[in-house]
Amino acid sequence: MATIHVDGKSYDVNGSDNLLEACLTLGLDIPYFCWHPALGSVGACRQCAVKQFNDENDTRGRLVMSCMTPANDKTYIAIKDEEAKSFRKSVVEWLMTNHPHDCPVCAEGGHCHLQDMTVMTGHNTRRYRFTKRTHINQDLGPFVNHEMNRCIACYRCVRYYDDYAGGKDFGVYGAHDNVYFGRPESGDLESEFSGNLTEVCPTGVFTDKTHADHYTRKWDMQFAPSVCQSCSVGCNTSPGERYGEIRRIENRFNGSVNQYFLCDRGRFGYGYVNREDRPTKPRLASSSQVFTIDSALDQAADLLRSAKRVVGIGSPRASLETNFALANLVGSGNVSYGVSAEEQALNGLVYKVLKEGSVTTPNLRDIEKADTVLVLGEDITQTAPRLALAVRQAAKTLAFKMAAAKKVPEWNAAPIKNIVQSEKSPIYIASVTATRLDDVAASTTRSSAADIARLGFAVANIIDSSSPAVAGLSSEQTEQAQAIAAGLLAADKPLIVSGTGLKSQAIIQAAANIAYALKFRGKEVGIALTLLEANSLGTALLNTQGGESIEAILTAVRDGAADGLVVVENDLYQRAPAELVDAALKAAKVVLVLDHHSTKIVDKAHFVLPASSFAEGDGTLVNMEGRAQRFFQVFDASYYKPEKLIREGWRWLHAIKSTLDNKIVDWTVLDDVTASLASSNSALSAIAGAAPDSKLRIHGSRIAREPRRYSGRTAMRANISVHEVRQPQDQDSAMSYSMEGISGPTNNSQLIPFAWAPGWNSPQAWNKFQDEVGGSLRAGDPGVRLLEPAASAHYFTEIPTSVEGLQSAPLYHIFGSDEQSARSEVLATRVPAAYVGVSTSDAQSLGLANGQNAEVIVNGSIFIAPVKVIAELAVGVIGVPVLAGLPRVSSGAAVSLKGGA
Amino acid sequence: MTSNVNLGLTNVGPETHPLTWRYTKSGKAVLDIKEYEALEGYAALKKAVAMPQADVQAEVKAANLRGRGGAGFPTGIKWSLIPMGPDAGQKYLVCNADEMEPGTFKDRMLMEELPHQLVEAMILAAYAIGATKGYIFLRGEYILAGQRLTAAIDQAKAAGYIGDNLLGTDFSFELHVHLGAGRYICGEETALINCLEGRRANPRTKPPFPQQAGAWGKPTIVNNVETLMNIPAILLRGPDWFKGLSQGKSPDAGTKMYGISGRAKITGLWELPIGTTGRELLYTHGGGMADGYELMCWLPGGASTDFLMPEHLDLAMDYDTIMKAGSRMGTALIMVVDDKQNIISAVRNLEQFFARESCGWCTPCRDGLPWTVKILESIEAGEGQEGDISTLQQLTRFLGPGKTFCAHAPGAMEPLQSALKFFPAEFTKGIKAKA
Repeated sequence: MATIHVDGKSYDVNGSDNLLEACLTLGLDIPYFCWHPALGSVGACRQCAVKQFNDENDTRGRLVMSCMTPANDKTYIAIKDEEAKSFRKSVVEWLMTNHPHDCPVCAEGGHCHLQDMTVMTGHNTRRYRFTKRTHINQDLGPFVNHEMNRCIACYRCVRYYDDYAGGKDFGVYGAHDNVYFGRPESGDLESEFSGNLTEVCPTGVFTDKTHADHYTRKWDMQFAPSVCQSCSVGCNTSPGERYGEIRRIENRFNGSVNQYFLCDRGRFGYGYVNREDRPTKPRLASSSQVFTIDSALDQAADLLRSAKRVVGIGSPRASLETNFALANLVGSGNVSYGVSAEEQALNGLVYKVLKEGSVTTPNLRDIEKADTVLVLGEDITQTAPRLALAVRQAAKTLAFKMAAAKKVPEWNAAPIKNIVQSEKSPIYIASVTATRLDDVAASTTRSSAADIARLGFAVANIIDSSSPAVAGLSSEQTEQAQAIAAGLLAADKPLIVSGTGLKSQAIIQAAANIAYALKFRGKEVGIALTLLEANSLGTALLNTQGGESIEAILTAVRDGAADGLVVVENDLYQRAPAELVDAALKAAKVVLVLDHHSTKIVDKAHFVLPASSFAEGDGTLVNMEGRAQRFFQVFDASYYKPEKLIREGWRWLHAIKSTLDNKIVDWTVLDDVTASLASSNSALSAIAGAAPDSKLRIHGSRIAREPRRYSGRTAMRANISVHEVRQPQDQDSAMSYSMEGISGPTNNSQLIPFAWAPGWNSPQAWNKFQDEVGGSLRAGDPGVRLLEPAASAHYFTEIPTSVEGLQSAPLYHIFGSDEQSARSEVLATRVPAAYVGVSTSDAQSLGLANGQNAEVIVNGSIFIAPVKVIAELAVGVIGVPVLAGLPRVSSGAAVSLKGGA
Repeated sequence: MTSNVNLGLTNVGPETHPLTWRYTKSGKAVLDIKEYEALEGYAALKKAVAMPQADVQAEVKAANLRGRGGAGFPTGIKWSLIPMGPDAGQKYLVCNADEMEPGTFKDRMLMEELPHQLVEAMILAAYAIGATKGYIFLRGEYILAGQRLTAAIDQAKAAGYIGDNLLGTDFSFELHVHLGAGRYICGEETALINCLEGRRANPRTKPPFPQQAGAWGKPTIVNNVETLMNIPAILLRGPDWFKGLSQGKSPDAGTKMYGISGRAKITGLWELPIGTTGRELLYTHGGGMADGYELMCWLPGGASTDFLMPEHLDLAMDYDTIMKAGSRMGTALIMVVDDKQNIISAVRNLEQFFARESCGWCTPCRDGLPWTVKILESIEAGEGQEGDISTLQQLTRFLGPGKTFCAHAPGAMEPLQSALKFFPAEFTKGIKAKA
């Protein structure tokens, strides 16, 4: 603790921050550019100058940069000092000597930190009358636009992209007033996290190119607190909508999950929401009948009544509520939560480790603080990208330690970099092929899934000899295991990362054993297990009350044991063998499908009901940490197009059930569903706490989804009717579809649709909602953790044997392996073409050349794809990418491969 | 280069001219190690390595040697901040030979003519601070100096002065010449270190100072060429002798390389007692102003010092006296400005240099200096506007010490602020009258 004196008032602060952080935390505004809570201080922009005095008697003082000055006890400063104010105004004036006057045509306008700081400093007349320097811009690919003339050289971009995210294709060039930030030449930004440049940049140099195609000012968009649906990390997002279209995704701060950053899949993969081919109206096969909600419900009920036994298939990309409503409709013995038997077992195993194991799953912020990491099998950059960015930060814990030894605080970014040079906290990676974290790895080993698991079991056995030993290891494997075990044992806070990506239970068990062994040895260990989809863990929690595999349900339909099938938000072809899906669809008397994607299943349904995507509905997901998080409806599609009858899956399903039962609907609002689910499933009893309920009011008001300056509302539907209708009313949440209501920091809840505070229009406004800058939201970070570990655990004892011969392994791609985002037009440009991955030596022995077509037989499927020779792929492993159109493979299945024409 | 070096002194010896006596005595560059050894070469090193490190440091501290790069920081104090003892780990000694201050050419002469003296000084200093690796960060354009230093290092290695367990001690040292790529900012010691590491030549945040975390994050001492080259003599003859060299002209110790550029009769370099007056330098050694020219003003030590006027010529040229007069001694190579020179053009020329050499890191320097240049160009062309002078005055304040990331912009403001002070009418003349 420390007491600092600002403009004559005394404040207690924590003493470990710098003055800028301390003042912002106190709610005192000091303008800044180069400082960023996630990137620390470097003292480049000089914007945050304040006057510091030696003591209470010093009246002269001297200007200091608040970001570079520790908030020590008995610090006397003045923010309002005339010289300091004048200097800060000058800084903006200098920046403006080169910044163009193009705010009206700049995509950043309206959420621009430079605009905010210009207003804050009071610079309003430009004395500079000479020419401005200009730059040539680069084409940085489909995601990020580049407009270097706007650059104010705060150096945030290069510090984020290179130092924080580990990018290698971006830099700063030139000198004096001709510094240039970009790539060595035009080309796609290689980092999976390039989109954060658009929020890190305080002005319009880096902007969202996908947004530019249907641009809307921030103040003209409608927002809701949402959760990314693209992987199991569950990053919090703030989607912006206008005219019934999602226009962009911005980061929504959650201090325990994504903090300030998203991956490019999550940020730019929203286009599927806006696709024209989405089902938006109830549709009866080979009929042109137009339905209302009621007639659609009657139709669905009639169809289901005609079936003798109705079964249902839910989905790991659907909310808990929707899956639960399906189970209620068809009965718990008749439901699958939409995954294969294999994946169900894997997800169940993850649940078991998290629930019955002895080791906790840290949140992402704590993952960043791990001092040694083992990544066992999972290619997290491709399957859970934001987690990979957090693990990359863990490589820097050593830097903070080394800096602390020289009395350099954590916020003092540049000296830390100098002190640590190229040293890193150890990260060990065992994978089937190269990963995008290899550049920070202390060691990498590449082998088949079975051998990765065996290595893991061996590591556990070295750490605690009471865990099962592995027979028949090579001396090389033994040495690797010893090195990893020694590294983990030398750590204070080791972290084990694995996941279901390789579809190997043995790998997860091995990871668990290592974590348990470290716990046994007294380490403050964490385990992080990724799953394949946004709600995979949620379906595992639902499965605790029974649930079949997708194959079991389809087999029942195919074999006539059931004749009615309800499919909810599931393209069955992505998760079950095509022949089984075809046979079941053929055999079923009634196929009712609810989805927001136009899938092949939708095409083959007897009746289709348009389900909401995350943008038009509310629901709850459970992320890999076991954190239940709620996403909220961003807009009402039928407000703009009354013919659209999009409803949440759970709303449709419950209404159908009520119709069938001839009862009144008793889930009228979301809170009813979550309450019902919480009371019926003890594993989910806490989910109501994932977000504030619909009754919340702040000073008697709802929370506004639209910024105060939202324009054009009264004319918005003029193309439909000149009579202005009432705004959509939201029963499900405490928010309004309006600019009326609470906006900004007076909203002290977790329900924050968009970052804004008076004078703070950019994402930097998040500091107004935090308990301390960069910390947690004042109301606590959103979401509720459902799973905490047990006191002790039993080791897994089944150790796999090595698999001989050619064997399969799934290979993941950030762009392409996620079914939903891959449907976005922009992302599709980055999805790789189908291929089959073969190691260099296997290619040689099989006589296969790069690019040559090969016929691949695996798990009973045959496909033809061009060979991609991958030097880093483990010998014997045939990599089958997880991409649309290719069969889903497990690890370790025998593969035969022959060259074709 | 040697033609510019005009030592012009008689009765030169080791007792009075520790920096240059060997060159004067030899009448040419002392490049061969044998010749250097015959002129007391490496004697100081031999003496030093027989002493405890702490004693060597104490001698330098007692001699009150102040940094000759321009800032005048006491070398002994700088050294005392570096961790010593068995746990100190890898340490580096770096010689700042990136001499690029406009009007300054002293280090060039010293390195070109007396490369062994720098090599000996580096080994000796490295021994004193326990640095096992040394780098001479040399301005890229100093090709001859680079060749001669490299040759001297090779000779010193062959003679056993550099290498493992040198001179039979348990001290080992290696020494490298690193050529810069021609940026003025590399003379800033932390930018120099970044550049040495292969990073952008941006100055570093201080603290931590290089003594705590310098090159490659390790404790590092950066000393100027002239500073280092004083050290062998201090070790041989002692601190009291060194302090006596200034002959009572200054509380500062030793001799100093002084020089003249501009329209003086004789331009060049002189090793003189520190505290010698500008008048003695210009009129006794430089022969006064060239015929037909009067002295209008002068820069005492490079482009980044404030102008002084003719009435300041009688001041002792040492760090504190010149500071009190409102300028800095800097490198002590004076630039004389004659009465035929347009002062606005002169200042504009200097500011162009500083604007170009800004590293681009901090806003006031990166964007304030080009604005300064443009205003000066405008005034020079008679196109100045009302308010330009007050803008310039504000720039001199806001690009001043403590407000920018390093001393580059404050240095750049020194000639401007003093020109505004001494020649306000020249500026006013360039302001266009309102139509």
